[in-house]
Amino acid sequence: MLSAITLGVWSMVFMSALMRGMVDEMVRGGLDTLPGEVQIHHPAYRDDPSVTNSIGQPEGELLRVLQSIPLEAWSARVKVPAVIASERNSRGVLLLGVDPVAELALGFDASDIIEGRFLIDEMDKGVVIGASLARRLETRLGKRIVLMSQDPDNNVAERGARVVGIFKARLEGTEDILVYAARQPVQAMLGINTQVSEIAVSAGNYRDVQWYQSLAVAAGEQLETLPWYQLDPYLGSMLKMQDGFALVFMVVVFLALSFGLVNTLVMAVYERVREIGLMQALGMSPGLIMGQVLLESTLLMLFGLTAGNVLAFVSIKPLESGIDVSAVAQGMAMMGAGTVLYPSFAWADVLMSTAVVLILGLLASLLPAWRASRFDPITALGKN
Amino acid sequence: MNVIECRNVRKTFQQGEQTIIGLDDVSIDITHGDFVCLSGPSGSGKTTLLNAIGGLDTPDSGEVTVSGQRIDLMGKGELATMRLNTVGFVFQAYNLIPVLSARENVEFVMQVQGVPTGKRRQRALKVLAEVGLQGMESRLPAELSGGQQQRVAVARAIAAKPSLILADEPTANLDSASAAQLMDLFAELNSEHQATFVIATHDARVMGYAKRLIRMRDGLIIADESQQPQRMDVS
Repeated sequence: MLSAITLGVWSMVFMSALMRGMVDEMVRGGLDTLPGEVQIHHPAYRDDPSVTNSIGQPEGELLRVLQSIPLEAWSARVKVPAVIASERNSRGVLLLGVDPVAELALGFDASDIIEGRFLIDEMDKGVVIGASLARRLETRLGKRIVLMSQDPDNNVAERGARVVGIFKARLEGTEDILVYAARQPVQAMLGINTQVSEIAVSAGNYRDVQWYQSLAVAAGEQLETLPWYQLDPYLGSMLKMQDGFALVFMVVVFLALSFGLVNTLVMAVYERVREIGLMQALGMSPGLIMGQVLLESTLLMLFGLTAGNVLAFVSIKPLESGIDVSAVAQGMAMMGAGTVLYPSFAWADVLMSTAVVLILGLLASLLPAWRASRFDPITALGKN
Repeated sequence: MNVIECRNVRKTFQQGEQTIIGLDDVSIDITHGDFVCLSGPSGSGKTTLLNAIGGLDTPDSGEVTVSGQRIDLMGKGELATMRLNTVGFVFQAYNLIPVLSARENVEFVMQVQGVPTGKRRQRALKVLAEVGLQGMESRLPAELSGGQQQRVAVARAIAAKPSLILADEPTANLDSASAAQLMDLFAELNSEHQATFVIATHDARVMGYAKRLIRMRDGLIIADESQQPQRMDVS
């Protein structure tokens, strides 16, 4: 029984680590596209992400709060729908006007550039496009493309630019949709002076974004400050689902185990009928007998929990550097995850499995404990 | 002063369709410090009466009062508390807990009573010495002879200083020498500690130790007489 509990606890924590790794991948992939865990926009921007719903660069109290919170990075970006055209094809994209230094700090990985370079500074005239988009446009590094969008007066705003870099992303969809350009040329093209579409902010931990409330206060009601799970409710619900599924999985695993636990405890009780009868004859009350059986099952569960959690820790930690799942890359991509799965050991899983095992285990132990307490001492003493 | 008062105690058992009478309207009083033997053939009701007095079994009708408490009216929990604090049991089959040492077996009742560790350990060692098991405190029951195991059982029964000691065929599994030693010990405890003994036995030599001999047959008391105790001669 001890080994069954150990195995059950290990499987609960290990499976949760895998699921957590997968959901982390999906959320991180989503956050890379957002990017940041919190964004500040014009209140109408999410419904109509056009230049008319731009905001000013952060200043005053907002700038002070951005500089006082321990953040990894923040970046004021232009993000508008646009059309990119090569001499062969055109595609609808999201044109990002970024400060390259802030963008790298915010999470753009320079090693994702597979050809050429990333943008150098805010004045850079080039554009960086995804590898998949380059294929679809049938263009390549060094070729010129045309970017088209609308200015605040709804006139066509356009400019030509040279492809200076091609990036790869975890998801092909990201490569298709994002086009990076330096912020000032984009602002000039759109005629919005120094205005931006959003301020993206990252503190590095998407599970704890309570700090966004102080940003929201500083930004005021004229701006909309939202955490990632409200910006992308699908990602938020994925995380909630993962946590819920982990609990359901643990309960199902332990419910299966609890049948074994009940059986073992019942056997243990019936093997000791005579001993329990003797204890009753000597004056041990039914309550104490019940308490003793429950104590024994609790000890059994605690040993199993300790062994299972230690086993989970030592089996997950070496895998945290990543498991190559490229063999099922398509399936992973459909779920929005990459080709490397990073299992993540979490103490929360240990706490949850401990709670599930102890609560369900004690419930499962009640029946044998109650039966033991109801033995008739004379009959029990007569058993061999 | 009466330690035990039984009034019109009746107990029947169902065996298939047949009703067997264990005790048939039995009434007895046993005074403090008495040394009573219940004798009679198998099925005469000795053990049934002992179980009723010890609160291990409840009569169908009648009253059983032990140390002033009506135990026939008690629930399981109250009976357990009464047994814990008032009665010491010595069983025919010793009934020691096999995984506990001699000392731990003796400590068991005191542990359930909540006696602090140091105090109960000291008491257990003292009682084991009294029953002649000094130096064997850490032995498991399997490492002791039948006579020694029964002595551990006696030590367990007297360790918590109960006012009443009930023994069911305590010498049945012992050789004559061990039986004599055990009965000498009982007699000594009875005279020195004024503990009340009620012993169910077939053994005529054991009956010799009794100050009062109650003979039973078919669930009835057929004779109840006082006598001069006589120690067993094993020479």
